[in-house]
This record gives sequence, structure tokens and C-alpha cells, in this order.
Amino acid sequence: MAARHQRCPGVTTAMSDPQPPIVELRGVSKSFGRLHVLHEIDLCLERGKTTVVIGESGTGKSVLLKHMLGLLHPDKGQVYVDGRRVDKLREKEWVPVRRRFGYLFQMGALFDSFTAGQNVAFPLQEHTNKSDAEITEIVARKLALVGLDGIQSKMPGELSGGQRKRVALARAIAMDPDIIVYDEPTTGLDPIRSDTINDLIIKLKNELAVTSVVVTHDMVSAFKVADRVLMLHQGRFIADGTADDFRRSTDPRVQAFVTGDADLQMSHLDQTEAPQGGTAS
Amino acid sequence: MEGAIGRLGRATLDFLESLGDFAHFAARAVGHAVRCPLRRRDLQRLLPHLFSIGALSVPVILITGVFVGMVLAIQAIEQFKAAGLENRMGVIVSLSVVRELGPVLAGVMILGRVGGALTAELGTMRVTEQIDALRSMGSDPIRVLVVPRFLACVLLTPVLTIYCNLVGVLGGWLISVPIFRIANWAYWHYMQVAVETWDIGSGLFKSLFFGATIGLVSCYKGFNCEQGARGVGKACTESFVAGFVVILILDFFIALLLKGLYEAIWGFKLIF
Repeated sequence: MAARHQRCPGVTTAMSDPQPPIVELRGVSKSFGRLHVLHEIDLCLERGKTTVVIGESGTGKSVLLKHMLGLLHPDKGQVYVDGRRVDKLREKEWVPVRRRFGYLFQMGALFDSFTAGQNVAFPLQEHTNKSDAEITEIVARKLALVGLDGIQSKMPGELSGGQRKRVALARAIAMDPDIIVYDEPTTGLDPIRSDTINDLIIKLKNELAVTSVVVTHDMVSAFKVADRVLMLHQGRFIADGTADDFRRSTDPRVQAFVTGDADLQMSHLDQTEAPQGGTAS
Repeated sequence: MEGAIGRLGRATLDFLESLGDFAHFAARAVGHAVRCPLRRRDLQRLLPHLFSIGALSVPVILITGVFVGMVLAIQAIEQFKAAGLENRMGVIVSLSVVRELGPVLAGVMILGRVGGALTAELGTMRVTEQIDALRSMGSDPIRVLVVPRFLACVLLTPVLTIYCNLVGVLGGWLISVPIFRIANWAYWHYMQVAVETWDIGSGLFKSLFFGATIGLVSCYKGFNCEQGARGVGKACTESFVAGFVVILILDFFIALLLKGLYEAIWGFKLIF
């Protein structure tokens, strides 16, 4: 039997399941100078599920992700990982928390002075006592999982955009994380390569039983990989549901984004920005 | 008037804030460097920087040193001849090079050759989220990126200064002996009498601080660079200017301190 989670309306948990959400943001706000990016965001990530956050560029999606790993700290609000409050941790205390995450950065963020193999090996060399032979074997296995075994000795500059993203994904999963964070995983890729990445996200969820959170504005990708979709608009979540809920949504902001219809969005903006009768001073 | 005072106040606060931020950054880097257990992987990270900062800087240091020695000799020799002190050319060249010009010019050349490259490399890593990637993997970017570069600068600036000193003295000899016909024995003999271990040591002592300055300022500027190619370029310029100014200020205060210390122990020393 399932029930709505008390603080996380979008999350259903088994009644008998005493575990807290794997990641939870409560009332998180973030500003950069006078630019308010996040406004009292509440978000829970359901274990073993893929949560997709969509929204226009510049609405704070990447900022939201960086709060989960302590790469940014909230001005207001709290961040919990497995029920433990983490937003006040010192940099050193974040280390064991971050090891539970794999982070695929928007541009891959591969170390450009390392080969592809050295990039994937890096977290293993840093945080485990495995021998070189064991690390080599794991690197080959992770690269094979993303369909790139055999490119260990290539430098990032020699790889295509899609290959770089897949190597970055292999690095993100090198430590067998519980949670994988994908920041715009398909941006800049052609539809075929985008679909390869989508298949990988689904494969990793099924084979490694990881919790995933994906930030994207690629609706094909969002609908393919999502168990749950949220839409971030001007620093607030304005919609939360399944892919079907989003397809059927009557909210013009959601429709404009899902269909990619700029006219629909402009007409909504015109309506909201038009002077309201009796309110002008 | 209020506006000007307000701007001055804000600028002062910004300066103090960045100074505090730099002090925190430097303390973390030095703390990690001191505790550095020199594991095999730490050494693997250090070696490429020893090569790029040390071995690849040798040619430019040698050229700088030899020309500094030659220029010193050219400028001084006529005056020394007029005063009948031409046999003491080795003294003025070697003391100037060993105490001041060798360490300072080697420091500035390393700052120009290495500091800019370090800032650009780390700045690019910041802009392309590679530093965030390190943090996201639970690694401390200061330990992984800054400590090997800082250690390489601290360890190799004194070594490069020794090279600069050696070729500086040789440069002075090239002008004084073969060209201006100063007696070879006199050049070396009076230099040997005048230059003490203290003089060489004080120059190398300074160069340790110059090396630390180069490593810390360059890495700090790279870590805090603004977005985009323009941000990286700006960080490189700021890194060189700040490093140069700090080297000159440190040189003055360390020279003052060491001079006072020398005179307190051995008293005033006449070089001729």
C-alpha cells in the first residue's frame, strides 16, 4: 500500500517504509547578488526513481542540483540526504556525502590533462585502496557500460561531444553511486546520440537501481526517462506530475514549454504583464 | 563627497575581504602541503609540475642571469676604473646578483613564465566546471590541484635562483675579464673574500618566499577567475601584477629583516 509522503506531496512511499527521502530540499532559497534564483524550493527525491526537472534556461535548474552536493549553499532553507541535514556541513564533512553521488556535468567537465581512462580512474584512485590492475578492470567495465571500451588512452580533446558525455557518465558511476545527478545530459547532441544517453540513463536505473535526478529542457529526453517531472519557473516549481500529466496540462506556461511554442508563452506573458483593473495606483 | 567616501569604504572592505579570502586559501594550501604524506599518487601529481616549473624554466633563467651580470659589469666598470677599484668588479657583481638581482629577477621570470600558465590552467578548469567536478567526487581541489603546484614553486624557485646567480657572476666575468682586461685572479679572489655564506643564504631564503608567492597568488587567481575567456585573461593579468608587487614588497621587508639580523650578530660589514 502506498501513501503520499507528509512533506513531499509528489512522492509516494510504502506505508511500511520508514526511510526518509534519499534527498530532500526544504524551503531552499538562493540569490546571487540581486538576482533571486531559487524561492523556497521544496523537493524530495524518491529512491530508485528518476526525477526530471525541466524549465527554461536560467531558471536555476543547475543551481538546484548543486545544492544537493553542497557545491552551493542555500541562503535559506535546509538540505537533507538520507534524513541527515547536510547544508551546514563543513567542506571536509561533505566528502562521505558526495561519494554517494555521481554528477554528470553539462559539458562533461572531464579533466583535459588526463586521458579518458585516467578520468574514470580518478575517483577510484582518490577514494579506494584498489590496486592498479583492479582499477584498470573497473575502468574498462564502466566504459563498456557506456559503450566506449577501448578509448582509455584518448584525450578528451580527441573525443566527440557524445563520447565526452559518455566518458563523464562512466566517471560519474565509477564509484557505484546511490544517486546520479544529470545536468543537461543531452544538450548539444544530435537526436541519435541524445537517445543513446537516454537509454543509458534508463539502463543505469534498471541495472544499478540508482536514484536519478535529471535537469533538462529536452522534452523528448524528459518524457522518455522520467518517473516524475517537475517544472521550475522563475525559481519556483509550478508543476509536478508524470509525463502524461505534463502532456495533458492546461497551464499555458507548461504547454508553451512542452510544445516549444514561443507564441503561447508570449501570449501568457502579455496576459500576466498587462495592467490589472483597479490595481494600478 | 559622501559618494566618494562611500566608494572608498566599499573599496577598502572589498580589499580586506579578498585579503581574508586569500589568507584562508593560503592557510589551507600550506596546511595540506605540510601534512602532505607524499603517497605514491601525490608524488605522481608533483613530478609533472617539477618538470614544467623547473626544467622548462632553466633556459629563460639562464638568459636572464647572464645578461643581468653583463649589464651590471658594463654599468659599473668605468666608474670602478676611475676610482682604481677595477680589481673589485667581482665583488660588486656577485654581491648584487646573489643578494638581490638573482632572487628577484629569477622570481619575476618564474612568475611570468609559470604564474600566468598556472592561473590560465586553473581558471579554465574553473570555467569548465572541472574544479566543481573534483569537489563533486569528494576530492579537495586545493589538495589535488594547488598543493603540487605550490610545492613545485617553493622547491624549485631557490634551485633556479642558484642557476641565475651562477650565470650572473659568469656574465659579469665575461665583460670584466675578456673584454675590459681585469685580472682573472682578482675577479675571483675578491669575490671569494667578499661573498659570505650569509649573502648566498639570504638570497635563497628570499627565493623560498618568492616561490610560495608565485604558487599561491597564481593558483588563487585561477581559482577565483570570472566566467569566460575574458575572465581567464583578466585573472592572468591580475595574477602577474599582484605577484610582482608582493615579490617587491617581500624583498624589501626580508632584506630589512636580514640586514638588521646580520648587523646585530656580526656588526657592519665593509665590502671593499
